[in-house]
Amino acid sequence: MLQGIFIIMAFYFLGECCSWLLNGFVPGSVLGMLLLFIALLCRWIKPGLVKPVADFLGNNMAFFFLPAGVGIITSLDILSKYWDVVLVVGIVTTLLVLIVVASLQQWQEEHGRSRSKGKNIN
Amino acid sequence: MGDPAQKERILIDNTKMQTILFSEVFIITLVCGVYLCTVWLYRKTKLALLHPLLVSIPVLIGVMQMLDLPYDTFREGSRIINFLLGPAVVALGYKLWEQAEYLKRHAVSILTSVFVGSVVGIVSVICIARWMGADHVLIATLEPKSVTTPIAMDVAEKAGGIPAIAAVIVIVVGIFGGIVGPFVLNKLNIDSKIARGLSLGACAHGLGTARAMELGALEGAISGLAIGLMGLMTAILVPIIEWIIS
Repeated sequence: MLQGIFIIMAFYFLGECCSWLLNGFVPGSVLGMLLLFIALLCRWIKPGLVKPVADFLGNNMAFFFLPAGVGIITSLDILSKYWDVVLVVGIVTTLLVLIVVASLQQWQEEHGRSRSKGKNIN
Repeated sequence: MGDPAQKERILIDNTKMQTILFSEVFIITLVCGVYLCTVWLYRKTKLALLHPLLVSIPVLIGVMQMLDLPYDTFREGSRIINFLLGPAVVALGYKLWEQAEYLKRHAVSILTSVFVGSVVGIVSVICIARWMGADHVLIATLEPKSVTTPIAMDVAEKAGGIPAIAAVIVIVVGIFGGIVGPFVLNKLNIDSKIARGLSLGACAHGLGTARAMELGALEGAISGLAIGLMGLMTAILVPIIEWIIS
């Protein structure tokens, strides 16, 4: 367990270093995720060491958002000033992104599948 | 009753009480406890509207008001929980590795979908916000609303928006997308696990991923990848689209 915590924190730190080099363009946590993925693919670290910690963190992600969620109360006055735009833009564009990405991905998968099937027949 | 000494003792008792209730130990216990109760409620009722996130936040705010717990004290006390968001994102790298086979097979389609999603997200924000008469500052604040908080704050600032408001909008949008997303996907008969995970991560970042984890391991991992891709593409595309439009 402790080894897993060390590996995750070390990659988080590596990610933060890269993020600093990139002027904070991409957050360190996202870069850390990609670096950990690459390290596992290259078999630089044993997956079994990370698994228990990764499962704990990954399966409880909603919990870690609670402090940020409660933080909404500090901005209620600003939000209420622009509530109409935020509400309409938030709902419409979020659904739009969801639907576009999901349908496009599913369509590409079905399209690709039928194409490779056709190749097999030929 | 009117004895000043007694009054003073009550006052001291109150401050004593406050030092216990305003401590980190109490706040972390409170957040864990409230969250576990709401998870239990969610599992019992199986009502999506009673999602732990949606119930926990108002309950915590209510408890804070009841105890006169200032927000700054709460934020200080719950810092460890907030900090763990970072390692939780890093840990998605492991989840991603578990699904490496799927990724290799679908790399091109995933990149295409997220790219189109990112363009649609930015352009639709600009169009709708302009149509509603929003000023440039508000539009720039809204543009990155589908990406993870640190990227969103940075993108909003560079485009001329207000980072602090961007952060709040990102959380609000994420909660909405995470709660409503799976319903919409079911209604549209999206049964590809990659499409489900990818779209949740693309529209609702970490909160979408939290929800995708509930749907399955593959959905969760792909959703984590979508956070990174969507963040990267939006960060690159916002300045380009702003430049084209102006």
